[in-house]
Amino acid sequence: MVEVLITVIKIVAIVFVFAMGVASLMTLLGDRKQSAKIQNRVGPNQAKFFGFSLGGIPHFIADGIKMILKENTMPNGANKWLHTLAPALIFFPALVGWAVIPFMDHYCTGSVRTLADYTEVCIDGEWKNYFSIMHSDAGLLFAFAIAAVSVYGAAIAGWASNNKFSLLGGLRSSAQMISYEVSMGLSLAGVLMIYGTLNLNEMVRAQGYLFGGWLPMWGIVVQPLAFFLFFLAGLAETKRAPFDLPEDESVIVAGYITEYSSMKFAIMQLSEYVATVFIAALIAILFLGGWQVPFLYADGIRFLGNHWQPFAENPDLWYYFTIMLRIGAMVLKVLFLVWLQFMMRWTLPRFRYDQVMTLGWKILLPLSIANLFITALILTIL
Amino acid sequence: MALVETRPVNRIKQNLWDKSYIPEIVRGLAITTRHFFRNMNPDKSQRSTFTREYPEVPTVYPERYRGLHRLMLRADGQVRCVACMCCSTICPADCIHIEAAEHDDPAIEKYPRVFVIDELRCIVCGLCVEACPCDAIRMDGGVHIPPYTERGAAFFDRDLLMERGGLSLAVQGGESK
Ligand code: SF4
Ligand code: SF4
Repeated sequence: MVEVLITVIKIVAIVFVFAMGVASLMTLLGDRKQSAKIQNRVGPNQAKFFGFSLGGIPHFIADGIKMILKENTMPNGANKWLHTLAPALIFFPALVGWAVIPFMDHYCTGSVRTLADYTEVCIDGEWKNYFSIMHSDAGLLFAFAIAAVSVYGAAIAGWASNNKFSLLGGLRSSAQMISYEVSMGLSLAGVLMIYGTLNLNEMVRAQGYLFGGWLPMWGIVVQPLAFFLFFLAGLAETKRAPFDLPEDESVIVAGYITEYSSMKFAIMQLSEYVATVFIAALIAILFLGGWQVPFLYADGIRFLGNHWQPFAENPDLWYYFTIMLRIGAMVLKVLFLVWLQFMMRWTLPRFRYDQVMTLGWKILLPLSIANLFITALILTIL
Repeated sequence: MALVETRPVNRIKQNLWDKSYIPEIVRGLAITTRHFFRNMNPDKSQRSTFTREYPEVPTVYPERYRGLHRLMLRADGQVRCVACMCCSTICPADCIHIEAAEHDDPAIEKYPRVFVIDELRCIVCGLCVEACPCDAIRMDGGVHIPPYTERGAAFFDRDLLMERGGLSLAVQGGESK
């Protein structure tokens, strides 16, 4: 019973508070405010709470209310069942993927000891999974499988709308997502070889290793090329500019979203933002050390072989402190990556569609295969 | 065989590093990030936004701003206009309607019995002010033409225009009084 309750709390906290919260704030702060700042504008500031514009945050509530109140139209000749189903098919994978994202290491009921190779072991107790919804040994596979499902939503939305622009958008999005998933997966193969696990939490743990006592062996350090490839493929995967061809408004109106209105439209937009945050979380976990804070361990601070133990008389206090810091670090890393993705979006112009395909198949794919070979070679030699 | 004239274009050779666009992307990101952080400065004067927060901060009109018309007055408070029809003749929008009438004072030939400007049709060109021979009509109040919710409200009649008027420094009828 308690376990179920904890799971429910975890789901609410991670999916509905964090993922949805960040995503809906991103619709405003990321998209409208950040672009305004970049373009020397002020951005939305007219929706107010008691006369305070609060950085424009009330706008997303206003937008939500507006969306709910709008008429829900459906084009003539659209497949009603699929047209209604598609937003759910896009929204569902965007949320389910969060099941495997760890926001912090498992909680140890006993005391934590850090070994010489910087792995933490739990003494006189057991690990309790409090900070990720699901502890799965195939976490990464699950994340990828779920991300791949969202292709269906876009393709079905495009087809069911009975609109040429929608169909083009749906086709574009499925082609793009399938192409980039290949290089996304292959760029990670090197990472998998190094960590030797598909469990996302184990991967983050492995990144706690300090090379030479000072260099945290984060994924970006051991696999810089893979980070670059994965980031690019991730941008393309979430259909953000410069890869927003499926919604290329100057060419195909709004792509597969063209015929959607009201809350269905909002859901589709929102799930794109959730997907952006999700990719950011994946990058943070795989390449930026996830919840790891450099040199900070559950039983003290380690640097160049030295070991300090703040609050030595009360190790529990320090443990709680690390938990807070680590969750904070994870959240900050995700927010930073989301910010960076939006920065890319407002910096780069949109690609041409053939360029997107060329980049995916002729550049990213060979590079990720090369990365895989080199990693394998180095691992064999070492 | 016809000769085709061709012009060789000197293309700048790009090396692989340039072609990867990485340096350019980094440069672009640097520019946008610079703008982003400059405009996040809590000190608003340091930002490079030039948006005027209009309803909160009123617009400062330039000195020679043309706005709502007004009809100037004589020293005794009567309308200066002599109903010469110059303004209504030159008005490109054809929005000034004047009906002239005899004035009781023999020194003044005519006065406008009716003087209506349709402010909604006015294109704010200022030609009426230029045309007026006796400084009777001006648009210099610094007040812009207000929005109307009703068509009739856009017709500004003589008394309304005179209410906004004032004394003119010009001497009526020229130098010799
Ligand atoms: S400003 Fe121009 S359009 Fe308006 S009343 Fe005068 S002459 Fe006519
Ligand atoms: S306002 Fe001036 S131009 Fe117009 S009728 Fe009167 S005197 Fe003539």
